Amino acid sequence: MAKGSGRTLYDKVWESHTVDILPTGQTQIFIGLHLIHEITTAPAFDMLREKGLKVAFPERTFATLDHIVPTDMRARPFLDSQAEELTQALEKNTGQFGIQFYGLDSDRQGIVHVIGPQLGLTQPGMTLACGDSHTSTHGAFGTLAFGIGTSQVRDVLATQTLAMDKLKVRRINIHGALSAGVYAKDIILFIIRRLGVGGGKGFAYEYGGSVVEKMSMEERMTICNMSIEGGALVGYVNPDEITFAFLKGREFVPKGEDFERAVAYWSSIASDPDAHYDDVVDMEASEIEPTVTWGINPGQAVGILEKLPDPERCSDPEGAKRAYEHMGWKPGSPILGTPINVAFVGSCTNSRLSDLRAAAKIAKGRKVHPAIRALVVPGSAAVKVLAEKEGLDRIFTEAGFEWREAGCSMCLAMNPDKLKGREICASSSNRNFIGRQGSPGGRTILMSPAMVAAAAVNGKIVDVREYV
Amino acid sequence: MTVETKIAKVTGTAVPIRGNDIDTDRIIPARYLKEITFARMGEYPFYDERFDSEGKPKSHPFNDPKYQGASILLVNKNFGCGSSREHAPQALFRFGIHAIVGESFAAIFAGNCVMMGMPTVTVTSIEIEELMKAVESNPRGVLSLDLEKKSLSCRERQIRFDIPDSYRSALMTGSWDCTSMLHANLDKAKKAAAKLPYMTAFKG
Ligand code: SF4
Repeated sequence: MAKGSGRTLYDKVWESHTVDILPTGQTQIFIGLHLIHEITTAPAFDMLREKGLKVAFPERTFATLDHIVPTDMRARPFLDSQAEELTQALEKNTGQFGIQFYGLDSDRQGIVHVIGPQLGLTQPGMTLACGDSHTSTHGAFGTLAFGIGTSQVRDVLATQTLAMDKLKVRRINIHGALSAGVYAKDIILFIIRRLGVGGGKGFAYEYGGSVVEKMSMEERMTICNMSIEGGALVGYVNPDEITFAFLKGREFVPKGEDFERAVAYWSSIASDPDAHYDDVVDMEASEIEPTVTWGINPGQAVGILEKLPDPERCSDPEGAKRAYEHMGWKPGSPILGTPINVAFVGSCTNSRLSDLRAAAKIAKGRKVHPAIRALVVPGSAAVKVLAEKEGLDRIFTEAGFEWREAGCSMCLAMNPDKLKGREICASSSNRNFIGRQGSPGGRTILMSPAMVAAAAVNGKIVDVREYV
Repeated sequence: MTVETKIAKVTGTAVPIRGNDIDTDRIIPARYLKEITFARMGEYPFYDERFDSEGKPKSHPFNDPKYQGASILLVNKNFGCGSSREHAPQALFRFGIHAIVGESFAAIFAGNCVMMGMPTVTVTSIEIEELMKAVESNPRGVLSLDLEKKSLSCRERQIRFDIPDSYRSALMTGSWDCTSMLHANLDKAKKAAAKLPYMTAFKG
């Protein structure tokens, strides 16, 4: 397969978006869609003003609020004056430059990586950039989507292009079928554990194989979301009937005959059957258990029934020792049964309707352990409405979970939802870095939403397969 | 382009920070991203590792007087992984770091560094260990990075380093702040865009 002469989706989209080869040898790439939020953009607009530049394609940029918004009391002005200041800056900048902005009063507000697909802004065969590393999420649609820094946000605003180097492509096949209680989150944690947190450097990851081909778009988004945690700037899945069915009828998706033309185009940009890959990796779904992290990066993970590893047998013994020091655990002990203090269902990895359904299925008719603080934070205002229509909010609140407004919440420490002291959090988010959830001593265990719900009702890490 | 924007050499003392997979949350905790400009970022690099909850300094290379004034940072593997926050290289740069030598760098981080005119160059794990030891035993020793020759000198030692050609060229020609270069091609960008069917919403 690696020896083929055909082209990958990555090759095709790269080529169709090439503007020029720059004197530095980099390629100037046109950016089809630019998403922005309140955090990484304010200095970019300042730089634009300093240079006296306009926004080149204001209709190709969309803005929302997600990182700093409180998820309980959303009244303005925000209690946090810095959050208020950043929000006002985004309001001012989008107003001044004529950019569509979905603020807290909009039913389209939400985590940037949840709303792009939900509105049908994210489409196959596009290039998509956003000042956020989890932009790889949008690759689920066969979109070349990547995170950028603030200076690059400035460049996209000013020119709708970026100076980039081409990546290599690694095809990752997941064969077989998943067993009950094993989810997309477990697959991506398994992949990162196998290939390493730096293993994807220089690569775009193309996910395929029978498991991925059968997956829903929401599951594919969970996988692509964490590509960056494996070091890959880009992760994608070839668009197929499941992709087209998801897109049909969404706000920004063409209708009628235009939709037919779009589908024909989208189909044409998928990787050729004989595409050449720089590397191919095969994995068996039957080997994947519910997977949780035990350390301080997403690659430090174990199957739920495994014992914590001997640091000397880890790929990075020093890193493993540092992880043990922070977590306060001993090699050889089980992760199963680890007591927790906080449970968090949310984040751009796992805050979509199917994630909430999976967690609600476990929560239904059970009670959150009395010692646990548990929150469910929908990824967007629209997800919240849909979940409430199904009564998921009641299932959660009756069980003792807090049901919140849309935002990034406890995924990172930029809003009031934070860990305290040495608290341990069972989290459906994507990063277990030291301090990530707001307390320098806090501890994060990453897992699927169903596993988080099961941990919440038990007060400790359990094997969700006993509940499904 | 003015001459100062062309970066061919970085010379200065160095400071080592050991460990693989040092993420940008560690380099700059998220709460400092709430500031509306980069202006004060130089006060915060590695904040939670350098200061305790009362703000008292802890032992950390960035607090160590022997490394004061260092402008070259020595690191291990996959430095700068995680969040895309440009606040991380901004914090290091404003603290006084003007080049980073390591075993490897995360992609978004390295790109952000280049766009600020800060080279990130790679050497082997044996060489980085040698450099770290040399700097630990003689912190006043001056290192010099020569982008033209792709060579780093530390006392009598010359070590060849790697840097992507495009990064090297952008730094050396002063086109790392590439907005004007991209902007000059705006007409070409519009032409390329016109060929993409989604730009006209697939209208027939
Ligand atoms: S949910 Fe977390 S990872 Fe996703 S965009 Fe928000 S802060 Fe970033």
